[in-house]
Amino acid sequence: MTDPERQIAVAFETVTKRYGIFTALQQVTLDIFDNEFFTLLGPSGCGKTTLLRSIAGFEDIQEGAIRLFGEEIAELPPNKRSVNTVFQNYALFPHMDVTENVMFGLRMLGTNEAEARKRVHEVLELVQLQSFADRMPSQLSGGQQQRVALARALAPNPRVLLLDEPLSALDLKLRQAVRLELQQLQKDTGITFIFVTHDQEEALTMSDRIAVISAGQVQQVGNAREIYEEPNNAFVASFIGETNLIKVDVADPYDGLVAVILPGGGTLHCAAAAGAHAGQGNLSIRPERLTFCPVDQAHLVGSVTRIVYLGTDMHVEVAIDGTDPIIARVQNTQGAFIPSIREAVGLKLDAAAARVLGA
Amino acid sequence: MAAEISSGGSSTVTTYEGQGARMMLPSWVIIGFFLVLPVGVMLIYSFLTKEFRGGVIWEFSLAAYDQFFFDRGLFGDDPPKIEWTYIAIFWRSIWQAALATILCLLIGFPTAWFIATRAGRSRSIWLFAVTIPYWVNLLIRTISMKFLIRDNGPLNEFLLSIGIISEPIGLINTNFAVQLGLFYSYLPFMVLPIYAAVERYNMAYSEAAADLYANKRASLRYVILPIVKPGIIAGCILVFVPSLGAFLAPDLLGGAKNFMIGSLIEEQFKGNAGNWPFGAAASMILLSMVLVVLTFYARAQSRAGAP
Repeated sequence: MTDPERQIAVAFETVTKRYGIFTALQQVTLDIFDNEFFTLLGPSGCGKTTLLRSIAGFEDIQEGAIRLFGEEIAELPPNKRSVNTVFQNYALFPHMDVTENVMFGLRMLGTNEAEARKRVHEVLELVQLQSFADRMPSQLSGGQQQRVALARALAPNPRVLLLDEPLSALDLKLRQAVRLELQQLQKDTGITFIFVTHDQEEALTMSDRIAVISAGQVQQVGNAREIYEEPNNAFVASFIGETNLIKVDVADPYDGLVAVILPGGGTLHCAAAAGAHAGQGNLSIRPERLTFCPVDQAHLVGSVTRIVYLGTDMHVEVAIDGTDPIIARVQNTQGAFIPSIREAVGLKLDAAAARVLGA
Repeated sequence: MAAEISSGGSSTVTTYEGQGARMMLPSWVIIGFFLVLPVGVMLIYSFLTKEFRGGVIWEFSLAAYDQFFFDRGLFGDDPPKIEWTYIAIFWRSIWQAALATILCLLIGFPTAWFIATRAGRSRSIWLFAVTIPYWVNLLIRTISMKFLIRDNGPLNEFLLSIGIISEPIGLINTNFAVQLGLFYSYLPFMVLPIYAAVERYNMAYSEAAADLYANKRASLRYVILPIVKPGIIAGCILVFVPSLGAFLAPDLLGGAKNFMIGSLIEEQFKGNAGNWPFGAAASMILLSMVLVVLTFYARAQSRAGAP
């Protein structure tokens, strides 16, 4: 996925941003490729929006450099950067109709009237809002406003489009439909999309690559599968989806794998993340990669404390000596083994899905 | 009658459906007593005959309006010519008020913007600071302004002492002094409505404008000003209308040659020399002009789709 031949659209080089004593971005180094759907994912306050706004020019950075297709842009004012933003609450100009809103960027760039009108028509067609060209923003629904904001940002044909949680104001159904539309739009236009969200499902379904951000630092960069299946550290493993973190003793790596000793004495050979080291460590395993088995063949043994019915699945919580309770996810199919409360059960870990995490 | 609906327990909900007229009564009384009645009295007085020692004789007459617009010579029997004296006073008043309004806008808009963009606590302190002078009586404030700008006042002394000027600049008794006085009197009426509009203004619009390649000037012209326009218009009206009828600033700072409508009207009701019907007529003419301005304002508001 990380092809060294690909052109880099946006490069962060050891970018640091402080608000007083609070460090919002700490030595962030990150490359975003041309023509990719890139997502900045993290909990609120992690710095992902600050990172996005520093590309647009709304935040000054104290250290480091930001390059847009090789050109250093950190010192340029926002109106001199050829990127456009879809704002979280759209920020559509309330005194202009849809056409005027979409045409604003072209007007400021001095595009001639006929050409600008043609372009407005084009982008409104792209977002399927041709028939709303004369409406005022206040006469549009949330979903329509979101598409106007998208059209307005696309109209000047930016090299990079920045999207600041643009789906958060929409209801669930609409959000799911718009995800696919956005992804398609990125493929159709070939513009680099940089998308900010705190919603991991959104990130996993839409992105070519994802940067997981926490506490002003990039925790991991990779595609959806890598982020989910090969997390680097406990933050990434538990922020993306659900996981069990088991305290284990880690032996020295051998042949790309490590041997770990599980609570209760069982051993397992599994993969390790880059930062993992011998000694005390955390083993991550997803709930769906655990299966019930007879106690004598099990990696872990414990007793069931809670069963949560989720429709398609059941969550079974198992208390185990020496570590936090473990959750196993069992598909709710005919003939599936569902233990009962307080029953002693054995758990088998899928070694291919288990991973020792870095610090 | 208020219908009482028992809602099960001990509480009773009172509804006032269909009783709009009764509920509006206090408002109607206040409007009638303080608005319709005084204006009505003025309107009637403007059509009465003057009594020489002040007051009126209850006899219908158009003399007041006639005197305002026409010159019939010393004995009143020449063929009527247009009387320019009062029209000139009105025209000067409109000019003075307009310039004071522009001065207020030029200073008031940046001030309001500055205050509205401060953080919560310092914002209220700044707002309070703007209104502090208004706890002092307008007359006192206008007199202190006269003291400040007179030839041997602190302003001239200061400028002389630092050598910028070699003799006092004659500020007092000029048009500019009147505008300055009006500006000083009514600045908060400009600042407060603009502040209210700017406070509601979402800074994301400015970011969006910059993001779409607008420089600062274009952003101000195409985005900020149109959005806060209702506040600006309200501020202009609130400064222009009282400036038009003001008499303290013109009297104290402008001297005799900068006479304004307010002073003209004031004189008609002062002492024994006055002419009540003429003062009332001048007031009615002023009122009609103000109504024209307000109509323009209402039109602009509804076109801007303001709430």
